[in-house]
Amino acid sequence: MALLEITNLTVEFATATGSLRAVDGINLSVDEREILAIVGESGSGKSVAMLALMGLLPWTAKVSADSMLFDGQDLLGMNDKQRRKIIGKDISMIFQEPMTSLNPCFTVGYQITEVLCQHFGGKRRSYNNRAIELLNQVGIPAAESRLNSYPHQLSGGMCQRVMIAMMIACQPKLLIADEPTTALDVTIQAQILELLIELQKNHGMALVLITHDMAVVAETAERVVVLYAGQQVEQRKAEKLFKNPKHPYSEALLNALPERAQDKLLNAIPGVVPGQMDRPQGCLFSPRCSYAQEVCRQEPPKLKDGILCHFPLSQPKAISVESE
Amino acid sequence: MNPSAASSKSTLKQQWQEFWFYFSVSKTAVAGLVFLVLVVLMALFADVISPHEPAEQYRQFAKLPPAWKEGGQMQFFLGTDYAGRDMLSRIIHGSRLSLLAGAIVVVLSLSVGVFLGLVAGYRGGWLETTIMRVMDTIMAVPGLLLALVLVAILGPGLLNAMVAIAITYTPYFVRLTRASTLSELNRDYVTASKMTGASSTRLMFVSILPNCMAPVIVQGTLSFSTAILDTAALGFLGMGAQAPTPEWGTLIAENRDLILNAPWTVTFPGIAILLAVLAINLVGDGLRDALDPKLKRS
Amino acid sequence: MSEQLINARDLHKYYSIKSGYLQPSKNLKALAGASFELYAGKTLAVVGESGCGKSTLARLLTMIEQPTSGQLSIDGIDVAITTDKSIKKQLRQSIQMVFQDPFGSLNPRQKIGNIIQEPLIINTDLSTNERHQKVLEMMELVGLRKEHFQRYPHMFSGGQRQRVAIARALILKPKVVVLDEPVSALDVSIQAQVINLLIELQQELGLAYVFISHDLSVVRHIADEILVMYLGKPVEQGPSEVIFNNPKHPYTQALLSATPSTNINTKRQRIKLIGELPSPINPPTGCAFNPRCQHAHKSCKISEPIMETYGESQAACLALDEGRI
Repeated sequence: MALLEITNLTVEFATATGSLRAVDGINLSVDEREILAIVGESGSGKSVAMLALMGLLPWTAKVSADSMLFDGQDLLGMNDKQRRKIIGKDISMIFQEPMTSLNPCFTVGYQITEVLCQHFGGKRRSYNNRAIELLNQVGIPAAESRLNSYPHQLSGGMCQRVMIAMMIACQPKLLIADEPTTALDVTIQAQILELLIELQKNHGMALVLITHDMAVVAETAERVVVLYAGQQVEQRKAEKLFKNPKHPYSEALLNALPERAQDKLLNAIPGVVPGQMDRPQGCLFSPRCSYAQEVCRQEPPKLKDGILCHFPLSQPKAISVESE
Repeated sequence: MNPSAASSKSTLKQQWQEFWFYFSVSKTAVAGLVFLVLVVLMALFADVISPHEPAEQYRQFAKLPPAWKEGGQMQFFLGTDYAGRDMLSRIIHGSRLSLLAGAIVVVLSLSVGVFLGLVAGYRGGWLETTIMRVMDTIMAVPGLLLALVLVAILGPGLLNAMVAIAITYTPYFVRLTRASTLSELNRDYVTASKMTGASSTRLMFVSILPNCMAPVIVQGTLSFSTAILDTAALGFLGMGAQAPTPEWGTLIAENRDLILNAPWTVTFPGIAILLAVLAINLVGDGLRDALDPKLKRS
Repeated sequence: MSEQLINARDLHKYYSIKSGYLQPSKNLKALAGASFELYAGKTLAVVGESGCGKSTLARLLTMIEQPTSGQLSIDGIDVAITTDKSIKKQLRQSIQMVFQDPFGSLNPRQKIGNIIQEPLIINTDLSTNERHQKVLEMMELVGLRKEHFQRYPHMFSGGQRQRVAIARALILKPKVVVLDEPVSALDVSIQAQVINLLIELQQELGLAYVFISHDLSVVRHIADEILVMYLGKPVEQGPSEVIFNNPKHPYTQALLSATPSTNINTKRQRIKLIGELPSPINPPTGCAFNPRCQHAHKSCKISEPIMETYGESQAACLALDEGRI
């Protein structure tokens, strides 16, 4: 049985100009110890979907799903109190901006031990040793002295490590990382990604990596879900996706990367992601798809083998990157 | 000519729609707004809707109770005061003065305060220090006390009362604006304007000022209600509007002695103040929620 | 040979940081010696991570700040010496900037049309109609539509806002455009569109670009010359292809190896950099990179390396000088 099983998740926001459908019927399943990447651009709904899972959306959001099961428990029907027992303990999440994810008023040690107190009870001081152990695990030098540091005294990379330490403190079964390295420098990004993978292996966690960076996905994920405009358009093993993308959007996304450009101009995808007002009648990607046919514009496609397309690509025109 | 004025109208309409959507989420704010609109209408059409002249004395009907009590009469619906003047008419006309007082106080303190705040935040250095310390001094004295002192110097009267109260409110606008200016100063769009050669004046008033207005508007709305209260307080103390001007606070003051014999003469002006201030505060709360860009909505 | 538009020689920028009432101020060496030349129609990429001084360099080039020392001439005019207001005005029109944050760089309370025409209002005597005409032309050039004139920034997507920022930068017809991470905040598909726009504009208008970025895959595609910086100092410099195919400085090598790629066929030898980027207030002694460098030697902690030529590029590394790598 999968650790996380979500079917037909839809999230709608009430806005001044009507209802905005941020997530439109996506299915996700994550097995234990698996690394899944959710890839998409702005408006794809990737963050919203995970925030819906965690119950962290604002009041304007309406979440509905056929099922949202974690470790056999139904997350949808839970009340806040029950949910709080799971969030932070069995499911944890780290966010994009490490400098603002930590509370600036409290020391690092306080914040880590607070998490432990919340879920396991007891006095905060008794968890100091565990906090030091965690800081060592995430690679922070001189961990003992760091307990009394405030977030503003740490760099972005260090803050992210502290964040990770906080989130693995309770040995979660599932760790969701929402663009964990986007705000970091390249060399630090490499370190953090390596840390996440190492922790995932050592602790036997499942890792869901949300990102817009295809290159990061290529180097870390086992399985990939590609989202577009709130819908799931492709779900495949990472290796296969990068060699032979089956959905035109996946292919276009890969070809738009600078490393796959063949001449001076990049292979940009024309147009923009449909917003609230201009959702196409048929396939949401049809206005921008180079393979679009009449039926694509008229009828929404159905999910076939994890691909949401009327004519999945069999012989894609993916440009392979030249090996060095 | 400009590209479609039609599209300009439509973006304006869109903005109002969006604003109204978030404002109307708070039912109390809308209720406050409705009441406020009624008060404004009442003030505008005071001459038309008030049943009597506010200064007209009906000696034979002095100290008449409200119509629904024993001894009251329909033509003097809320009763009369010690000189036989109709309470309802005086309250209706009083709304004009109270609203006017509130508006003038806010306009004065807001314009001076925002200007000083902008200059202090933008220029920094000794100018900022001077302005902020002067403002700190003003704030150190209790507002009403300071206003009393100023009125004592300037002489009693509604106009002087308004100026005095405006001075006591200015520091709040200065602080708000200075804080906003400091945070906007480092934004890229200000740097971009600087790079194209914008002068300091242009940077302050065209680039930065519009971005400081949201908290200022909210503060202005709430100051409006406090101004009405303070004007009434000064009136009550005899240092604001002078009798027989039907300002709400003055109404309470001149009928002070009748509080036991003819309580309606002080109760109804008091209720008028309460409701007006409450309505404005509700609207202010609603405005703050609607204008706050940090409230994550989607 | 195209026109030389920028000539920078040994630019330094220090800031004084107060560290308490009774203690002497510390010197923050934000930029410690950058030299380069930029020609019309070419792109120089400035690459590095946080604290490397690339943003400081951008501020010096666009004359928001003055260099502490060094020479900078833009379009033949020496920036430091000039005090004449009209020449300063002309200089301002020669070089403009596009910022990283597409939202922060546009005034949220101004309509797009007004944002783009503001430079014209400040610097020219054109009538309202003439200005509007120019703005509409520029909007078309960057791919915006007429009706966008009346809209506010928050009604646009990140890519469109960046187009507005580009339009504003180009309205005065500058010769050099400094682009500070112009596509970092954009999605991949929009990045590609904006990069294509920049390339096309460069070809059409003969612009020179100073392209600041930490994204090496984008840089590789668009740059002619590259300047790699670390903690305020240039560490390697040269033609784009030479740097990418044969990076000489250990930091450049680490940077390239840390950049992820979708090409999962090649198993690269990842150069793992340990430790964090040092603080510019307390830089390491000697070579700034020595605490994290795998080739560090005793001498690296003592003396600072200087830029030497190695083949077609230049690098500042003691290990290279001493023949250790």
